[in-house]
Amino acid sequence: MIIDHPLLGPRDAAEFVCLGDASLIERPDGRADDALEKFYQYQFIRDNPDGVHRELWFHEYGDRSWLVVTRNTLTHEIYNVELAREVAREMGRGR
Amino acid sequence: MRYSAWTLFKEGISGNRGWKPMWREPDPKSEYDIVVVGAGHGMATGYYLAKEFGCRSVAVLEKGWLGSGNIGRNTTIVRSNYMLPENQPFYELSLKLWEGLEQALNFNVMVSQRGIINLCHSDPQRDAFARRGNAMRLSGADAELLDRDGVRRLCPFLNFENARFPITGGLWQKRGGTVRHDAVAWGYARAADDLGVDLVQNCEVTGFLISNGTCTGVETTRGTIKAKKVGVAVAGSSGRVMARAGMRLPIESHVLQAFVSEGLKPVLPGVLTFGAGHFYVSQSDKGGLVFGGDIDGYNSYAQRGNLPTVEDVCEGGMALMPMIGRARLLRIWGGLVDMSMDGSPFIDKTHIEGLYFNGGWNYGGFKATPASGYCFAHLIARDAPHPFAAGMRLDRFRRGAAIDEKGVGAQPNLH
Repeated sequence: MIIDHPLLGPRDAAEFVCLGDASLIERPDGRADDALEKFYQYQFIRDNPDGVHRELWFHEYGDRSWLVVTRNTLTHEIYNVELAREVAREMGRGR
Repeated sequence: MRYSAWTLFKEGISGNRGWKPMWREPDPKSEYDIVVVGAGHGMATGYYLAKEFGCRSVAVLEKGWLGSGNIGRNTTIVRSNYMLPENQPFYELSLKLWEGLEQALNFNVMVSQRGIINLCHSDPQRDAFARRGNAMRLSGADAELLDRDGVRRLCPFLNFENARFPITGGLWQKRGGTVRHDAVAWGYARAADDLGVDLVQNCEVTGFLISNGTCTGVETTRGTIKAKKVGVAVAGSSGRVMARAGMRLPIESHVLQAFVSEGLKPVLPGVLTFGAGHFYVSQSDKGGLVFGGDIDGYNSYAQRGNLPTVEDVCEGGMALMPMIGRARLLRIWGGLVDMSMDGSPFIDKTHIEGLYFNGGWNYGGFKATPASGYCFAHLIARDAPHPFAAGMRLDRFRRGAAIDEKGVGAQPNLH
């Protein structure tokens, strides 16, 4: 697989490690009343779709940036690559 | 038809005209007491439901043909060298069932207890193996700690002088070994069919009939099948199948690649695993080296992997035994594996009444086939978990009761 890094251009997927579902960006509020249940769902439960999947990749042997890669789990085709920090900011996160 | 040396002889002198198909090819009935989805662990489940728990109305549904799923895509290793009390007795039960399986099924599944050696490469790793070996022996399994010379006697060809990862010893389980994987599927299917279990092939489950929180059957590509109880054992595809019942699981689907070299003269005494990288190898009866290593590390349902992992696995092999450098690869394939959040499986009821789940086998499902089938059948038939599978619950993460052999936490691609 070739991941088209937004800053560095096309890079071999072997330079990256995959963390998993991009919903891991959406860390729940630890002070909420239902924090225990929310963190259980956040930490352990996954959607695991066959088809389009948004996931976090870390450019470990590169610029060490976190990316959100939209990829098809049936064909390994990559549709979109974004910087995770921009995705997080769009969701209203400070960083 | 019972197989024996006598039937072989009789058929041999009478032109082999008396052999019959090993199982029927029934059309699915509209209703069963129990429907099991998946004909790997599910085939074993069907067999034990009929044999041990007296269930007479059982169907096993298979999406493709028998043996097309993970039961035919693994590296055929059987062993019981786990440590934690929720796992080890279960896998030891499995190994005991393997030891008696050919007699039980009246089928040659080629159980070969050629032994498995987990190599260690540092003093702390040897200490960890000593501890694991003790845990194994406490469960009634066999384990023997080998020193460097002990390993050298068995496997003189290993790279003992590797500067970075010298071999310091190994943990040897003599009762481990390999089993012919396709024959396992065929043997269970034939024995279950004899007991009246319907094996329905080319029958994909497309949905579940669920009303008022109770599962009453399945929708399939061959029509609706009603059932009092439905058991799902489709590890690798658990995520997408259980999504049809509206469930999200503590599982990611990943791709694991396996490899076979060209045929070589007998060189390996048994199964070997490299303790510094991730590489395990055995030699098939045809002579090919059957080996594998890490999963690719990203979610996949593609049943094929990428080349960097091929290179990584082969590098592990070369570090361990440089003599295989000239052997050519014959085949590479990928299988889907359910990677769970703690590296351990699930055999449990779901929150939907009448729907039972078996999955999350990571890359260790094959060795578990008999015990998985037995314990799943126990759960479905008696509505109570088998004591050896009582820890394999779906809600264990909510309770903080993870079974994490490797201790890496909720990071499925590291287990």
